[in-house]
Amino acid sequence: MRSTTRLILMGTMVMAASIAAAAPPAIVTQGKGAAIACASCHGVDGAGNAQAGFPVLAQLPPAHFAKQIADFKAGTRVNPIMTPIAMAMSAEDIESSARHYAGQARPKAGAAPADPAVIARGKQLAINGAWDRDVPPCFKCHAVDGLGIEPAFPPIAGQHAAYTVSQLQAWKTGARTNDPQTLMKTVAEKLTDDEIHAVADYLATIGTPGEGK
Amino acid sequence: MNESLGYLLCGLALGAMVSGCDRPPPPATTEAAPAATAPVAVAPARFAPPAESDIPENEFGEAVLLGKNIFVNTQQYAKDFVGNGMNCANCHLDNGRKADSAPLWAAYVLYPAYRQKTGQIDTIQSRIQGCFLYSMNGKPPALDSKEMTALVTYHYWLAKGAPTGVKMTGQGYLKVAKPAQKPDVARGRAIYENNCAICHGANGEGIKARGGYAFPPLWGKDSFNWGAGMHRVDTAAGFIQANMPYGLGGTLSDQEAWDVALFMNSHERPQDPRFSGSVAQTRDQHHDENCLYGRTPEELAAALEKQAEAATAAEKIKPAAEQLEGISPAVSH
Ligand code: HEC
Ligand code: HEC
Ligand code: HEC
Ligand code: HEC
Repeated sequence: MRSTTRLILMGTMVMAASIAAAAPPAIVTQGKGAAIACASCHGVDGAGNAQAGFPVLAQLPPAHFAKQIADFKAGTRVNPIMTPIAMAMSAEDIESSARHYAGQARPKAGAAPADPAVIARGKQLAINGAWDRDVPPCFKCHAVDGLGIEPAFPPIAGQHAAYTVSQLQAWKTGARTNDPQTLMKTVAEKLTDDEIHAVADYLATIGTPGEGK
Repeated sequence: MNESLGYLLCGLALGAMVSGCDRPPPPATTEAAPAATAPVAVAPARFAPPAESDIPENEFGEAVLLGKNIFVNTQQYAKDFVGNGMNCANCHLDNGRKADSAPLWAAYVLYPAYRQKTGQIDTIQSRIQGCFLYSMNGKPPALDSKEMTALVTYHYWLAKGAPTGVKMTGQGYLKVAKPAQKPDVARGRAIYENNCAICHGANGEGIKARGGYAFPPLWGKDSFNWGAGMHRVDTAAGFIQANMPYGLGGTLSDQEAWDVALFMNSHERPQDPRFSGSVAQTRDQHHDENCLYGRTPEELAAALEKQAEAATAAEKIKPAAEQLEGISPAVSH
């Protein structure tokens, strides 16, 4: 896993260069038993991995972060990789890793070049929705820049497209059921597969605030 | 602002049942209408306004775009006329396009129209001014201002191809049937906590993000004032039933919509700009039983019962009253 090693190295460098903050907690860099070191997949800087579909964790609101771990534990969110990791995490592990990732700068997603027409379609959905089919705009709930509205609405801009697609599909098929009031399921189940790809591609192109809009 | 009379909400009581804030068109209006007035046809299919990408790239298009910007981001584009944290599109969803959310394309073609309770002709401009004064708790832009011109242009453009003088499907807000049980503040609070607080906050204060309200406040100093149409429990219930929780419109029962609307409108908000120094006097002059201005929820519930009885009685005499040509659909301001 060369790319993973590179990610860790990069993350470590970013940490060393920019923030003279406390060292990342051991759960992130070393892991603990079945809880494999978070950094090996998500990076120390929380940049994740586009190809593997490991999500960006940087700047996730701690409340959303902790809720996801709790949901993996409870089984309302299921993933063969993350579920056993979550099961092995203590309250303190959750708290310290959440705090660590919330403090990382949101990286610019390495968006794969996509067809401009597809991006435009995704942008239209994100900003205006498709009310003729009762699809509300993503950015009404995830903020005008897609970077989320605390505490309940996580950032979705700058996320790896493959991961965004997998989550929307999980809601659409009923595999993910942890959204409050079925707010996300209601959106996802009205989207076509093409629309899911288009909006995911668009979101991956808008990394940091003010970028690519 | 010369036609202040035109803003009179819940103006003159016309009789026990047809008090100012009652829903239109009351049977009395039907009787009073000239014999020649024909019922307006209701257009069958859902109207589709032009797509935003069709805004022409010329001077007209620029006015349409400015109107849209004012409507969607009133805080920025018409800030001198706004006195709270709201944008027009907060209550007229999908940038004024969504059916059952008082869409602009349906509004544009219904004015000018006569309003019995004010004795005046409502115009699209006077409706827009009313929303500035009450819903936006601000001061209305002048009829010849750049803001008013741009807003009217946007309304007009959205109505492209719509039939003039026809009440279209989706116009205004839903009329929610009177609930089986009396609306109840305590039940409304529970509904609020489970369905609304995640976005509008534990205390109806809304949630800010990136400088403005991402989720608008439902009460308190930054919300609509005591003269706005939304302060009426029946109007709010109709808006909520069709449009809230956001993205889940149509999922609350009629009863739930009434209960939560009552709860929402039982809170403090900016004073009615027509306040005369006495709540009781302002209430008697401008507010009927469909709101909680100077009234208790119990009084409102009792009035609802009376209205329901009267409506049933009226229905026996006359089948469902239809929209009459030239009669304003306005319920308030
Ligand atoms: C072997 C790779 C791997 C490791 C190690 C790993 N994760 Fe994950 N993580 C994933 C994948 C894959 C997902 C997406 C799961 C899904 O599709 O539902 C994920 C999702 C998450 C999410 C949800 C993100 C969101 O926005 O909803 C959180 C939080 C998270 N991981 C935290 C952690 C923490 C904390 C650790 C270390 C204790 C960790 N992960 C270790 C692969 C990994
Ligand atoms: C009505 C509000 C609402 C709308 C509209 C909405 N979302 Fe969400 N979304 C949510 C909520 C709430 C969550 C958090 C779910 C949870 O707690 O796990 C969420 C979570 C997500 C997540 C998962 C983030 C993560 O890493 O766990 C993605 C991806 C997402 N939304 C994408 C979208 C897209 C794309 C759109 C537009 C097509 C959209 N959302 C529209 C409310 C909304
Ligand atoms: C997922 C978030 C969300 C939920 C849940 C939600 N709303 Fe809203 N609400 C909004 C948004 C966003 C707007 C503004 C719409 C726009 O600007 O397009 C709004 C607007 C409103 C308005 C009109 C504007 C104002 O501030 O007065 C009312 C009234 C309202 N909501 C009531 C409710 C009630 C009652 C509930 C619960 C039954 C509810 N909402 C649930 C997001 C939400
Ligand atoms: C707090 C919610 C709210 C806001 C904000 C709001 N409105 Fe309204 N608007 C209403 C209500 C309620 C009505 C219906 C009044 C009635 O007839 O009882 C209405 C009616 C209208 C109508 C007439 C619709 C018809 O079919 O007759 C127009 C036009 C209009 N508003 C424009 C605007 C404009 C322009 C703005 C911004 C300056 C605005 N509104 C802001 C709630 C709002």
